[in-house]
Amino acid sequence: MNFNEKSAFMEEQARLDEFNRKLEAGEKIEPKDWMPERFRKQLIRMMSQHAHSEIVGMLPEGNWITRAPSLRRKLILLAKVQDEAGHGLYLYSGTETLGVSREQLIEDLHSGRAKYANIFNYPTLTWADIPIIGWLVDGAAIVNQTMLAKSSYGPYARANLRICKEESFHKKQGYEAVALLANGTPEQKKMVQDAVDRWWWPTLMMFGPHDSNSPNSSELINWKVKTKTNDELRQSFVDRTVEEAHAVGLTIPDPDLKFNEEIGHWDFGPIDFDELYRVVNGDGPCNKERLDARRSAWDNGAWVRDAASEYARKQKLRTIKAS
Amino acid sequence: MSEITNDWPVWEVFTQKKSGAPHEHAGNLHAPDAEMALQNARDVYSRRNEAVSIWVVPAEHIVSSTPEDMGPFFDPANDKIYRHPQFYSVPKVVKKRS
Repeated sequence: MNFNEKSAFMEEQARLDEFNRKLEAGEKIEPKDWMPERFRKQLIRMMSQHAHSEIVGMLPEGNWITRAPSLRRKLILLAKVQDEAGHGLYLYSGTETLGVSREQLIEDLHSGRAKYANIFNYPTLTWADIPIIGWLVDGAAIVNQTMLAKSSYGPYARANLRICKEESFHKKQGYEAVALLANGTPEQKKMVQDAVDRWWWPTLMMFGPHDSNSPNSSELINWKVKTKTNDELRQSFVDRTVEEAHAVGLTIPDPDLKFNEEIGHWDFGPIDFDELYRVVNGDGPCNKERLDARRSAWDNGAWVRDAASEYARKQKLRTIKAS
Repeated sequence: MSEITNDWPVWEVFTQKKSGAPHEHAGNLHAPDAEMALQNARDVYSRRNEAVSIWVVPAEHIVSSTPEDMGPFFDPANDKIYRHPQFYSVPKVVKKRS
């Protein structure tokens, strides 16, 4: 090493020390702070996947807005889907602070390069799927996002804090509608139980692979981007949800589900992670449908964006002329 | 698929929770002009009456201090403990009363 290399190395080391000191002290890393390239890359991956999930997540529910069974349910569903768009925007904004552009993020989603939550590649077959998504899927998201609201990356923590404030409405409206169906006619009860049977396992997969098989997880925990492991989060979701299911007389489709007195948690059966990988890598029941819907929404909105840009350009010209 | 050319500038959004409170940074968004920035800010950052007033500012117009400057930039304040009330001693009788 010559003198210049040596001083560059020492400068790098000092920055890394400062980065680690902040994490150790529980301080947030902010966009302008120095951060290791790997930290930046992993955050872009994680945050953009989260953002894409919010955006794609509007599609299965959006399908039911016109068919919601009452005006009340329609208003609720509209508000919820609008919230998901908002959540996507908070997260895209947060991701952009890491030096990636909005155009790039959208391009990655539309080209199929980017991944998003497995769960949105399943079809919403009956009305009961909509309450079940609110209860299970948003319930799982709350467990995850409550942890992420304490993330070490400032913009990510703030986006999740904002999301958490709105997410509890999503879960509550879902559980209320689930309870209504579960206490309804035999047909309604059958319909909602069928929805639980189809959505339960994919929901457990949302938390990702087991800790023993999750290379990203330990790195993210070391950086305090996450503070709990996939399995810890999954367990906490199962514990609270099993009780909610029993409270409204629904059965969880898992013969191995049993309360473990010793550890005070619910034991559950093996998860089919092959299915998770298949669905995440593009081969789920609705992957193609979801991406096609995204692309066509983008294309059909092009004239609106063009008109807005053109209007802004003309207004600017007018202001310049007037002065 | 239409080309992705959303080069709309970033606007930082500040919201005031209630009259008399300060405007606080809420987040940001992309918009082609000030009017749409304001309308989008309402839809993105105040869907539940979180704001009674909103400011939007083009992000490029915000000037900020840098993390590297943090020490030297703020240290003129470090050695001026006499700017704090704790610096001053008050007779015990008076202290008790307050």
